[in-house]
Amino acid sequence: MAAYRPISRRRLLQSGAGAAALTLASPAILRAQSDKIRFGHLTPRTGFLGPLGEYAAMASRLAVDEINAAGGVMGREIELLQEDSVNPQTASTKAERMIERDGVACIVGEISSSSGLTIGQVAQRTGTLFVNTGCNSDALRGSDCKKFMFHIEAQNSMYVKSIGQFYTREGLVEGKRWFSMTADYAFGHDLLKVAKRFMTANGGTFAGDELVPTDATDFSAYMLQIRAAEPDLVILNLAGQQTTNFFKQYAEFGLDYPLGGFGFDMALAWAAGKGNFVGSWPSVWHHRVETDGSRAFVKAFTDAYGKPPENQAWGDYNAVKIIAQSMEELGTTDSAAIVEHFESEASFDVLKTREGYFRKRDHQFMNEMYGITALPPDQIENQWDIFTSSDPVPGTGESLELIAATEEENTCTFPS
Amino acid sequence: MLFAMQLLNGLLDGVYYLLIALGLSLIFSLGGIINLAHGAFYAIGAYLTLTIAPYVGFGGALVISPAAVALLGITVERLLFTRFYRIDPLYSLLLTFGLAMVAEQGLRMIYGAAPLSFSIPDYLRGQVFLGDFIYSRYRVFLIAVATLCVAGLWFLLERTSFGRVVRAGVQDPDMVGALGISLRPYMAAVAGIGIGLAGLAGVLLAPIYTIHPAMGAEILTPAFVVVVIGGLGSFWGVVLAALLVGMVKGAMVGLGFSAFSTAAIYFMMLVILLLRPRGLFGERITRFE
Repeated sequence: MAAYRPISRRRLLQSGAGAAALTLASPAILRAQSDKIRFGHLTPRTGFLGPLGEYAAMASRLAVDEINAAGGVMGREIELLQEDSVNPQTASTKAERMIERDGVACIVGEISSSSGLTIGQVAQRTGTLFVNTGCNSDALRGSDCKKFMFHIEAQNSMYVKSIGQFYTREGLVEGKRWFSMTADYAFGHDLLKVAKRFMTANGGTFAGDELVPTDATDFSAYMLQIRAAEPDLVILNLAGQQTTNFFKQYAEFGLDYPLGGFGFDMALAWAAGKGNFVGSWPSVWHHRVETDGSRAFVKAFTDAYGKPPENQAWGDYNAVKIIAQSMEELGTTDSAAIVEHFESEASFDVLKTREGYFRKRDHQFMNEMYGITALPPDQIENQWDIFTSSDPVPGTGESLELIAATEEENTCTFPS
Repeated sequence: MLFAMQLLNGLLDGVYYLLIALGLSLIFSLGGIINLAHGAFYAIGAYLTLTIAPYVGFGGALVISPAAVALLGITVERLLFTRFYRIDPLYSLLLTFGLAMVAEQGLRMIYGAAPLSFSIPDYLRGQVFLGDFIYSRYRVFLIAVATLCVAGLWFLLERTSFGRVVRAGVQDPDMVGALGISLRPYMAAVAGIGIGLAGLAGVLLAPIYTIHPAMGAEILTPAFVVVVIGGLGSFWGVVLAALLVGMVKGAMVGLGFSAFSTAAIYFMMLVILLLRPRGLFGERITRFE
């Protein structure tokens, strides 16, 4: 046991004065720090997912600004810490630092499934809520699922099944031949697996099945392959900008086989532009969704940033709103309490016609999706409204579970 | 038949790398600078095109963008490169790496991170058919422009007094100095030409590739592979390597090994480095050995 040493009167006075001086000098800062609730936002800002990450960052900022303008959460202001997650290792280090040093109440974000996994591991270890806004991999909701990790982004199965319904209706599946091109990495492989399951279950076959290196930029060689294969449908599951390159070059070579795919981001279609963007694609949300909530969000986002929000923006905006709303209702920022609340399958408004909920079994957010179809060039009025949307899928009256992976397809047992 | 078409397509594909690789090789040969910012100049060329094409048309951009990028290149050479010619190449490597990052982030700050759209001008849209072989009309134009530039560069280097001084400078800059010829304007001109070619590649590829801030890094690696395979300082070596790289890629896709099409060119580089470290036609450059 350490010996007790009385503090001298002089020393006591000195430190007392020092502390008083500090308090006087920065009362606002000290009070603000103890009052604020910190949200951590981690997403790739550079690299091939960077363009999408920018939408995520803008949207989470907008959500926090709106919440603070309306009086914050439990009367406290939200402070948003945003960082570039770069890669799985950096993502994990930054998540740790946000939780342990900065004391964030939760982490929101991510697009890369590999980084999502490492953040999920940190969240699980520290007992901090993590809401994934952009990773699609089914494995994150299956073999890699975590008690403290929730997914507002739709899983690959939801993308495949929602647009799959559309292709089936259009007669592009049964007895038809698909030419599929898949990015040669984890996301692509996961998606290809789900796509194959759908195709074989519905009576389609492959006219071609190519794995494409993730750094491929020129697709002229594939144009020749596709033309020789004469498929009924060309299916793209490519990575980031590759999809845009493909659109541009598909138009360049004048190919007109129906085009589609199971992973899609509107920013890639906007970058391809009028006349180059073609086909039918699945979307978790888009800026032409006709609800009051969506219209208000699109207006606020456009006013703030000068362009409409992309589907990635929807995820981060709503994740922040849902967490803040739950904290307000529960009267606590405690992650375990929020997890319990989410697991009660409480429903949340996410700017669509129906409310959604986190499925207890695998923490996937159940909500409506959309099939979008490129407009012909002569019907396009501006650079943003280059597509039309289907009605929400599943349709009114159908279960939201209809498009998600079943328990047999993707099993999750939360590690205890 | 399809395989033969893939070889032909790959061969044509190789031409795109050429514009980037030639400049890279030229700047290294003369000044010993490995220009990691070369891709950034390509990106700047593409963004410039996007910015000025609405006012001057694609044809105007085809002239103005490369010229502007070349001027930028000369400025960078005069202000920065010139301080690094005589010291350890590691420093110039750091310099150009930094430049590339500054340029990329600069583009991100000005234009945003989201990719931007740019299309082939209407008068160059369409396809051409050679029997069963389909090719885009725009690429025919692209290859014609690139071939003209490469031919022009060859003429300049091999058939003019300017070229003789440059080639002498590559071999022995001190001797050139002793003969009373200052290499400084030549260095600036070579940087201007090399970087201008990268800018030209930016204009030519903008309509068919995605325009985004990191597009420079995307194209730089294959260009380096081409330079390494072809051999430094060798004009024809780089030309041959570019075509070879394109053909190998095409062949891999044609044979059904599309997943390995990129890996194949790195493997080819590895083999060549092992068997012939100087590259296919690399000249023996005394001061680098």
